[in-house]
Amino acid sequence: MPEIRTETMTVNMGPQHPSTHGVLRLVLELDGETILSASPTIGYLHTGIEKTCEQKKWQQVIPLVERMDYLSAQSNSMAFCMSVERLLGVDAVMPDRVKNIRILLAELQRINSHLVWLGTHGMEVGAVSVMLYCFREREILLNINEMIAGFRLFPSYMRVGGLREDLPRGFHEAVRAFLDRMPVKLDEYEDLLTKNEIYLKRTQGVGVVSRDNAIAWSLVGPIARAAGVDYDVRKVFPYLGYETYDFSVPTQTTGDVYGRYQVRVAEIRESLKICRQALERIAPRGDYAIADPKITPPPKDRVYTEMEALIQHFLIYSQGFMVPAGEAYVPVEGPRGEQGFYVVSDGTNRPWRIKSRAPSLLACQALEKLIVGGLIADVIAVIGSIDVVMGDVDR
Amino acid sequence: MLDAAASLVTSLQSAVPEATFEAIPSVDLQTTIYASGDHIVAVARALRDLPELKFSLLAELTAADYWPREPRFEVVYVLVSIEHKLRLRLKVRLGGSDAHLATVCGIWPAANWLEREVYDLFGIKFDGHPDPRRLLMPEDWEGSPLRKDSPVQIRRPPHVAAPLQVTPDEFRQNLERDRRARE
Repeated sequence: MPEIRTETMTVNMGPQHPSTHGVLRLVLELDGETILSASPTIGYLHTGIEKTCEQKKWQQVIPLVERMDYLSAQSNSMAFCMSVERLLGVDAVMPDRVKNIRILLAELQRINSHLVWLGTHGMEVGAVSVMLYCFREREILLNINEMIAGFRLFPSYMRVGGLREDLPRGFHEAVRAFLDRMPVKLDEYEDLLTKNEIYLKRTQGVGVVSRDNAIAWSLVGPIARAAGVDYDVRKVFPYLGYETYDFSVPTQTTGDVYGRYQVRVAEIRESLKICRQALERIAPRGDYAIADPKITPPPKDRVYTEMEALIQHFLIYSQGFMVPAGEAYVPVEGPRGEQGFYVVSDGTNRPWRIKSRAPSLLACQALEKLIVGGLIADVIAVIGSIDVVMGDVDR
Repeated sequence: MLDAAASLVTSLQSAVPEATFEAIPSVDLQTTIYASGDHIVAVARALRDLPELKFSLLAELTAADYWPREPRFEVVYVLVSIEHKLRLRLKVRLGGSDAHLATVCGIWPAANWLEREVYDLFGIKFDGHPDPRRLLMPEDWEGSPLRKDSPVQIRRPPHVAAPLQVTPDEFRQNLERDRRARE
């Protein structure tokens, strides 16, 4: 009997594949359904945001950095503002109310991002109804964004020196209604997935990363915590007063897709806990920025009635503000792990260099290690579970 | 903050005596030191393996261009020690002509794409890198976009391949040839 000639097959997955969350291209070498090698190709979404930032004034950078990781806009702009505030040396005089509002918004953003993740990931492994439910709850968060800033995805509400304006009327009620609703709904999602036989079969033991590999590949956030790395910037290097909040950092030891699911769902519960505490501490009216006329513009009603305020407003929006020369990197815990902006100033009103630490880039790099040796069907589950945002990978 | 940097320099200096270090003040949490680029791999290994340091997580690797100043480039490593709750910013100065540095992929595998990005956007070469290709820009791109002397808003004609031109007669002949080949 003649020997059957076999050869491996090379398959292009992406760049326009619905489960690659943007434009990620994977060149897979297949032996039957088993993956022998994988090489991710990125850069399709590269728009040179970092170069563009160098041409802008400091406050003009905020809308740009929000568009990098478009699922965690508020975390991005908060990290950027905190780095610039450290350079300006104004973070020490930041009012507590601003810090608490920032924490509240960052945690709402985390819930928002995890809901998108849970919905799309659930849909990709076959649980379509989860997607509809998650987007239903996310809608409430987008409405809250619209309420505070008039924008749903990219509010640009964080500003250097504080916030753009005070919280609107009815903010507390809207957030409280969401916080009351969410735990019940989260139980519903868990009913659909946590003990779902099909979901368990698709996710347990798939895309496993060990604790040592997670550190070596610089994986942070839920991916690393699912592998047993107990690293959360909010606990290890607290900022904005996170050390005064009562919350825990959920971890798992399995390191597989299911572990990441468990960690993220538990994180939503912890975030709800933080939100509830933050909401208690935020007075409905109060300071929303530092009182430095060189950095923060005066309120609009004064701009319309007083000449000094008009001049101040004009100066800030036409010339910007000077930031002392130096460099700063303030890490925060975004939805995908440690996030921060390495900011270099040369003492003028424009940044000299801005570098975003992109957790998605490193997750994307490690993707190859997670899928080689597995089945092609698992690639979808693994890409979903590492929660890459291609806007953050390519910038 | 400078005390922490100074004690760190002392322990690094004893581990890698041939390299030179310099602690500088920083405004943020990150202890900041300069190291000479010649022995960067040994320095990286000491940072990762010394029991009192254990900087096992490479949080960030990037560069900054200070053109026209010389030395022009600074390569920046942001390191985290999860065990000891330490952060460190390690910087290496590089001259403008023929900027190159040894790769640290052997110490922190995550440096692979980060170094490729720096090579892509700044043109700094990493000696011994396992996969020295561009990461974000197109492979046929000329120049290094994030260098300060690289212009913005350049009007460059888009690079396109010339369209294939065939006359209607040639087109019909091609069809006929393909049909015959199939039969």
